[in-house]
Amino acid sequence: MTLRQPPLADAHEASGATLTEFGGWEMPVEFDSIRAEHEAVRESVGRFDVSHMSQVAVSGPDARRLTNGLVTNDVADLDPGESCYAAITDDGGVLLDDTVVYRPPGDWSVDADYLVVPNAGHDSEMTDRWVEYRDSWDLDATVENRTDSLGMVALQGPVSEDLLADVTDGDLGSIARFESLVTEVAGAEALVSRTGYTGEPGFELVFARDDAETVWSALECQPCGLGARDTLRLEMGFLLSGQDFDPEDDPRNPYEAGIGFAVDLDSEFVGRDALEGASVEGVDEKLRGIELVDRGVPREGYPVTTADGDRLGEVTSGTMSPTLGRGIGLAYLPVDVDLDESVRVEVRGEPKKARTTATPFLDR
Amino acid sequence: MNFDVPDDLRYLDSHEWARVDDDTARIGISDFAQDELGDVVFVDLPDEGEAVTAGEDFGVVESIKAVSDIYAPLGGTVTAVNDDLTDRPELINEDPYGDGWLIEVELSDDADPDDLLSADEYRDQIA
Repeated sequence: MTLRQPPLADAHEASGATLTEFGGWEMPVEFDSIRAEHEAVRESVGRFDVSHMSQVAVSGPDARRLTNGLVTNDVADLDPGESCYAAITDDGGVLLDDTVVYRPPGDWSVDADYLVVPNAGHDSEMTDRWVEYRDSWDLDATVENRTDSLGMVALQGPVSEDLLADVTDGDLGSIARFESLVTEVAGAEALVSRTGYTGEPGFELVFARDDAETVWSALECQPCGLGARDTLRLEMGFLLSGQDFDPEDDPRNPYEAGIGFAVDLDSEFVGRDALEGASVEGVDEKLRGIELVDRGVPREGYPVTTADGDRLGEVTSGTMSPTLGRGIGLAYLPVDVDLDESVRVEVRGEPKKARTTATPFLDR
Repeated sequence: MNFDVPDDLRYLDSHEWARVDDDTARIGISDFAQDELGDVVFVDLPDEGEAVTAGEDFGVVESIKAVSDIYAPLGGTVTAVNDDLTDRPELINEDPYGDGWLIEVELSDDADPDDLLSADEYRDQIA
């Protein structure tokens, strides 16, 4: 299979970045060092090419009804320039993906009453899903997969606003978290939103694919790859679709995955009734943070046990936290396992002392 | 990218080096290997007195993104372990042939450095 190339592929190759396959895309995993990139974002600012994220534009008289019927959060009340995080679930309430739903300001040249941004490689599947439900609900809306015609860059870190303000006249102070505006960045039109996946202040910019080089080169700072994106999100306990939940390999509902805050049972959506049941009955397992006390690095698939060696679950995501200097991970554990309970993570057959902890792992 | 490959060392094709001095050898991973791995965050090494066998794995080096087995270029008994790596595994990135060494072994009788790659042969391999 030919890998999909982001619009910045040439720039990444020229920079000597190490590339990897992710969600069917060939993306930079590391430009300099994961630690250096991670620290740049925590301490100053870094830029990420996130053009592999899916972009589904929904427009027309019923765009609101259609989109609101397919995500767990209530997006009907979003005003232009607002956005929110939501899950996408099936009839049984199983997580198919998570997404940010934008209601772009009216002055954006891209025709999108709603812009749905699911994870990498899910663009065809989610476009089809929106079309299928539009047809079965007999709604009047256009659904377009814009992934290959748009680019996306994330600028993240405590000084991201200063850097962005140097290359735009847009009033960044006017947008709060999860709000957006349309403005020019280095002369290129961009949807600029105060969102991100790192736990730091920052922005995500969506623009025409052809403007990718202009925007990227104007935001001059540490380029960051998927390696740092993963360590940054994991320190915050943010989910990675396909790894911390997967409808095929590890079906989970939003309550198990710890994103019940993104489920609005007062809204009508696919999966709502199943989730109402789950919210009443409760769940058997919940995604927990795990912090190693012993030295070691928890990795995907490593067993988590009690101090006596009884199996509790397994690590879905794990890494060495560059900020904390300790191994951290996520695992679905029985709900009766308390926070700050002593557990073990089996690293190559050896039980390492660890404790359960609330996420985020960092104070943010 | 140009990687440092000191002439006075012998190499295994899996990117370990050995500095042989009579019947002992110091062992580590090459500059190329540390660069491939990226930021090293953890090492798992044998204890003194344990035996290592030529061509077999004797420990693990983990970077943020990967877990990598380490193979013994030569067989013998471990006589020293680089304890500095416990607190500062990044020494492997900073100085792979110096402060980032892994273990020292007293070579077994059948250990033959000539079984290993010369610096030139290893350079060809990673070119």
